[in-house]
Amino acid sequence: MNTAVRDDPETATDSVLRKSYQGLASLFSKREGAAIAAAEQATLRSDRFRLEREADWRRLEAIIVRIEAGRIGSISDEDLVALPVLYRMVVSSLSVARDTTLDAATLAYLEGLAQRAWFVVYGPELGFRGWCRRFFGGGWSAAVRAITPDILIALTMMVAGTVIGWLLVSGNPDWYYALMPASPGDVRVPGASRAALYGSLFDAPKRDAFAIFAAYLFSNNSQVSILCYALGFAFGLPSILLLVHNTALLGALLWLYHGQGLTLELVGWLSIHGTTELFAIMLAGASGIHIGRSMAFPGQRAVMDAAAEAGRRTATVMTGVVLMLIVAGLLEGYARQLINETAPRLAVGGFMLVWWLLYFFVFGTRKARR
Amino acid sequence: MAIWSRKRRPRTRQTALSRRQRVILTAEGLRLPLTLATTGSRAAALLIDLTLVVLAIVGISALIMLCAWGIGADKIDKSVNSAANDLIQTLVVIWIITVFLARSAWFLWFELGARGATPGKRLLGIRIAARPARDGTAARLTAEAVIARNLLRDIELFMPVVFIGSAMSAGADTTLAGWAALVWFGIFALFPFFNRDGLRCGDVIAGTWVVEAPRSKLGTAMSVGKSAQGLSAVTGARYQFSDAELAVYGEYELQVLERVLRDNREPAMAEVAQAICAKIGWTSGAGDERAFLDAYYTQLRARLETGMRLGKRKTDKHDEGRTAPVV
Repeated sequence: MNTAVRDDPETATDSVLRKSYQGLASLFSKREGAAIAAAEQATLRSDRFRLEREADWRRLEAIIVRIEAGRIGSISDEDLVALPVLYRMVVSSLSVARDTTLDAATLAYLEGLAQRAWFVVYGPELGFRGWCRRFFGGGWSAAVRAITPDILIALTMMVAGTVIGWLLVSGNPDWYYALMPASPGDVRVPGASRAALYGSLFDAPKRDAFAIFAAYLFSNNSQVSILCYALGFAFGLPSILLLVHNTALLGALLWLYHGQGLTLELVGWLSIHGTTELFAIMLAGASGIHIGRSMAFPGQRAVMDAAAEAGRRTATVMTGVVLMLIVAGLLEGYARQLINETAPRLAVGGFMLVWWLLYFFVFGTRKARR
Repeated sequence: MAIWSRKRRPRTRQTALSRRQRVILTAEGLRLPLTLATTGSRAAALLIDLTLVVLAIVGISALIMLCAWGIGADKIDKSVNSAANDLIQTLVVIWIITVFLARSAWFLWFELGARGATPGKRLLGIRIAARPARDGTAARLTAEAVIARNLLRDIELFMPVVFIGSAMSAGADTTLAGWAALVWFGIFALFPFFNRDGLRCGDVIAGTWVVEAPRSKLGTAMSVGKSAQGLSAVTGARYQFSDAELAVYGEYELQVLERVLRDNREPAMAEVAQAICAKIGWTSGAGDERAFLDAYYTQLRARLETGMRLGKRKTDKHDEGRTAPVV
């Protein structure tokens, strides 16, 4: 048999890595010595190769098990420093083993270990805190700016939807009932008196509803906006329809209050939370349109790649949309009920609009250009 | 013979498995094999997760109810503003937000972790990973991808429920809504069957796929000890096989033999030892199968591995020996 041959089937990288690793952690020389002593007893060359490296593989496995369990704190600094080196050693062991060993169990183990190590070493690069810093410190607004054309399309659709809603209802008031979900006891119907409509805008509702109302609004609105985003998958058409439908309702309301000369009051009532909420819904729709557009016109890329790229970019926008809807829910649930004048309502709404515009389209642009 | 011919190439299963096999190329230039998860295991994982989510919601609801009951919700006059009333409201708010979060955050939280898997996926031994680019270069799983794939889950799974729910609350025809929900659900549930990688819509948008997460333990080294050198502890005999006696088998048979030896079950070893003896023309004894097989395995592997280093592979016993294709 070939027991006389002692040289190991090492690649150049393997030996270099081993040397650098030995330099890095010389305290493991004792364990390595033991491994080499055990390796002397193995008959097969490939088994000797394995026994000499086994300690490192097991060390890497132990580190990975801890990271996977989320116990990064329990890993010593030495182990953390050694992780990339150990990973590269396993990678090189695996490529050597593939060409030299027929031990199926060892190969399966190495492939599994290399895969797990790869997921750990090349896992999500940021922790939650780092992700937050990047998200609020420019990532969000950059993602919003990246879909500016789609935002313009969404805005156009929303304006068109409002106009359509107005025109439909002014042509035939029956449309109002088709657009507005029927709820018993709602005074906001065609033919309502000015006083009734005025009361719906300024009468303080029962106080105990505030918080629950805000939470309910948030939950409901985020579902609508997620739907708006997710349906972009069907080439963006359902997103557009959803935008038009929702704003047609707005148009119908505007028509109703305009008939009684309460347009400005309604705008104030809507704007306090609406500038944030409608902005969020516009962004959600724009995200849907962006995905749809990338899939319909992928350009040089494969459709799948284009969809994935668009999906990841707009996921950042959508995270922001959910946050905006929380803000909108708070404004609608609390601020609107507490501020009972049109002028301050308009001021708050206007301030929010300016804030969002500045944050998205001014903040961080200089950094991006640099 | 019997055991080998029985285990030989379960052809249909192998092709089904190889159809799920993918290779990604890491930054180190390593070709890392991945196996895509089956649709069945993904569905099972989802069911487990949904059960857990529902249990979590029920548990938290019960806890909140208990708190409300402890405060004395049933005795409070709703029209009077009191501290207890405010507390009840806060509880309702917490409940609404929990239900909203449980749906999305369960999947988000677990898939963003180092394991890349929800508890259901973990139980089934699968995880999510980023799809590689078209040239096979491995990509990093990002938080954005995880968010995107879970936002889509919302409409794939929960939309039908919303259909039926809204029809019921509006007093409309629930049969129609039921059919609409069924069609909707069908489209998304069948989507993975119509693409090569078994992607659901969320995977397409996020650029992810679901792969098996191997958890194989490192077995013992086979060629350590006296028996690997051909020495039998029972009889004191030394098994030495000639080149011709080793040349009858290839890599496939070697791996079957490895499995038999690692399982270490007497009847299987006896059967295989008999089969080998019949093939190479030895008269088989009884009682010393382990040592015999150890010796044969070690010498066969040594022979095949030497050939391997010289570029000669022998895949199985039918293979006449050829030069391995240059990869």
